[in-house]
Amino acid sequence: MMADTAVLAAQVPAVEGKARPGDAALAARLEALDLPRGGFTRSAREDAAQRLHAMGLPGARDEYWRYTDPAPFNAARPQPVELAADATTLFTGIERLNIVFMDGRFDAAASDALEAEGVQIESLAAADAKTDHWAAGLYGRLEASGQVPVKRPFAVLNTLAAAEGVLIRVTGKPSRPVHITYRRSAADADVCLHHVVKLEDGAELTLLETGSIGARSNVVIETDLGQGARFHHISAKRANDPKLGLGHIFVRVAAEALFKSFTLTVNGLMMRNEAVIEIAGDDAVAHIAAAVLGDGDIGRFHHDDTVFITHAAERCESRQVFKKVLKNGAEGVFQGKILVKPGAQKTDGYQISQGLLLDEGSQFLAKPELEIYADDVKCSHGSTTGALDETALFYLRSRGVPKERAIVLLVLSFLADALDEIEDQRLRDDILGRLEDWLTARAGNPGKA
Amino acid sequence: MLEIKNLHVKLEDEDKQILKGVDLTVPAGEVHAIMGPNGSGKSTLSYVLSGRDGYEVTEGEASLDGESLLEMEPEERAAAGLFLAFQYPVEIPGVGNMTFLRTAVNAQRKARGEEELSSAEFLKLIRQKAATLKIDSEMLKRPVNVGFSGGEKKRNEILQMAMLEPRMCILDETDSGLDVDAMRLVAEGVNALRSPDRAFLVITHYQRLLDHIKPDVVHIMADGRIVRTGGPELALEVEQNGYGDLLAEVG
Repeated sequence: MMADTAVLAAQVPAVEGKARPGDAALAARLEALDLPRGGFTRSAREDAAQRLHAMGLPGARDEYWRYTDPAPFNAARPQPVELAADATTLFTGIERLNIVFMDGRFDAAASDALEAEGVQIESLAAADAKTDHWAAGLYGRLEASGQVPVKRPFAVLNTLAAAEGVLIRVTGKPSRPVHITYRRSAADADVCLHHVVKLEDGAELTLLETGSIGARSNVVIETDLGQGARFHHISAKRANDPKLGLGHIFVRVAAEALFKSFTLTVNGLMMRNEAVIEIAGDDAVAHIAAAVLGDGDIGRFHHDDTVFITHAAERCESRQVFKKVLKNGAEGVFQGKILVKPGAQKTDGYQISQGLLLDEGSQFLAKPELEIYADDVKCSHGSTTGALDETALFYLRSRGVPKERAIVLLVLSFLADALDEIEDQRLRDDILGRLEDWLTARAGNPGKA
Repeated sequence: MLEIKNLHVKLEDEDKQILKGVDLTVPAGEVHAIMGPNGSGKSTLSYVLSGRDGYEVTEGEASLDGESLLEMEPEERAAAGLFLAFQYPVEIPGVGNMTFLRTAVNAQRKARGEEELSSAEFLKLIRQKAATLKIDSEMLKRPVNVGFSGGEKKRNEILQMAMLEPRMCILDETDSGLDVDAMRLVAEGVNALRSPDRAFLVITHYQRLLDHIKPDVVHIMADGRIVRTGGPELALEVEQNGYGDLLAEVG
């Protein structure tokens, strides 16, 4: 195959002479992108082009897209949107290594020197000028292995089209978290970012993400954790940003390693976060959690978390904790699966998804799935959808707590299990403070009864 | 202090009359007990006074120091000095007991136009009050009532009462689920709060709580009305003979 991806892209719709319904859309989608040629990523990009060819973009009839309309992500370009005010002050009290992206481009001037003990950090664009790189075995590779049994075409598109991202290789235990801040200036920025994070055996890293990526974003993070590695990921993008966001995190967890991810979302238009986690080594731990606050009054609000955790080793633990607070017609979706492969004995898998509906117009759709091929495992899942507990509300008010403040406390109470997944207390307090500020500020806008 | 006149209450969603003309006056400095069989309307009375949703007042009134309670929001009633110790205190995961109490104390102070307590002032006050109720600092840090034993929950109610310093305290079956020692501890907490400008309404099935919290007046409630009022000896009479005789007497 020719190594020119621009040529590949032009060829994309041509699949064995038969035009499919989505082909034109895919061609238009690719036409709108500026596809990089790639250095060390070139073969991965070529592979992605072929896979995307075969796969096509998701359609409305696609089972995996049953609850979320892929159309805004299929569109060639996003609608321009008004930028939310930049009030991000998260984590500022914590010493960290700052990496800044502006409209999807690495901003070296605004970033700290990409040097820290025990970590190698490069921007993808800079690294991709080379043909040889440690990330060559991971870029687009973890993504590709996460395409079975469910297709994730936007992640393939990302591997093909992402020109930027960060590549982080951790060999030690850096004292500072790495903090990626996204900024944007253009109202119609359509941003594609691809990060690769590799933790060598015994390495540790905390990765923070904040800010506003673009009017539409497609972010892939590939994470490879070596034996005994510990990785904490906390993402809290800007609140109230009218955005379309697609995120994929592909994770491979080796023996005795620990993966913990927490995502906070406060409003937006339409977001879908997919997590594909393979627990490949014995005695490993993988937790993924999200706290979501959605107000349909600010814009349309639709938030989809789609999680697939595979247990392929013994004595491993996984937890999925997803909490969504929805009002004014907001929609929350959770599709979560635990697959326990044959031989993955003593697996401890747990999944909880809960929707708190602050009015009758909002909805929470949950599709929990367990598929188990080992006989000595402990797996459980729960899903609930409900309104605020009237008794608890009365209890608080009877103590003199005004109704609006009582609702804030009960919402925080509802989200507590998800927030507890943040191990570092400083980070948790920061997130909690932000949540509380936001809830208090919005308290004057209760859901419609 | 508390004045209830001809109070009629029905369930909001059902055509079911629960209170059928309650008349009750509790003067400052006194402890009144309300006893009565299940379903007589005792808990409903406590909920209606404190402003819980789901009830409709069809007739009558209730006031605290001459101020009508029934139009007020629950938090306004609390700020006005009313407190209800719950029969089943509610668990609130993820909200620290201390945070909850500080929010409540300061919200009430603010509503009354008083200065909010600083962290230091609040801490000093709560440590002192918690100690007398044998509530340790670990219990203060835990989420509200989560994982508390029955006794701990009730002690926590009394701690809230001690911190909020209400003038009119309603205790709804505070003795339920308590062993003898826990009941004594709770009663001591309540007795420590007795004062000439504070009144108590103690709702209970049994006389035993009244051994520890001595009432000035005992009311018997049945079928949505106060059917008899007397001194502490009335509670003993109930204990010995049950409600059957009493109610038959009243007809």
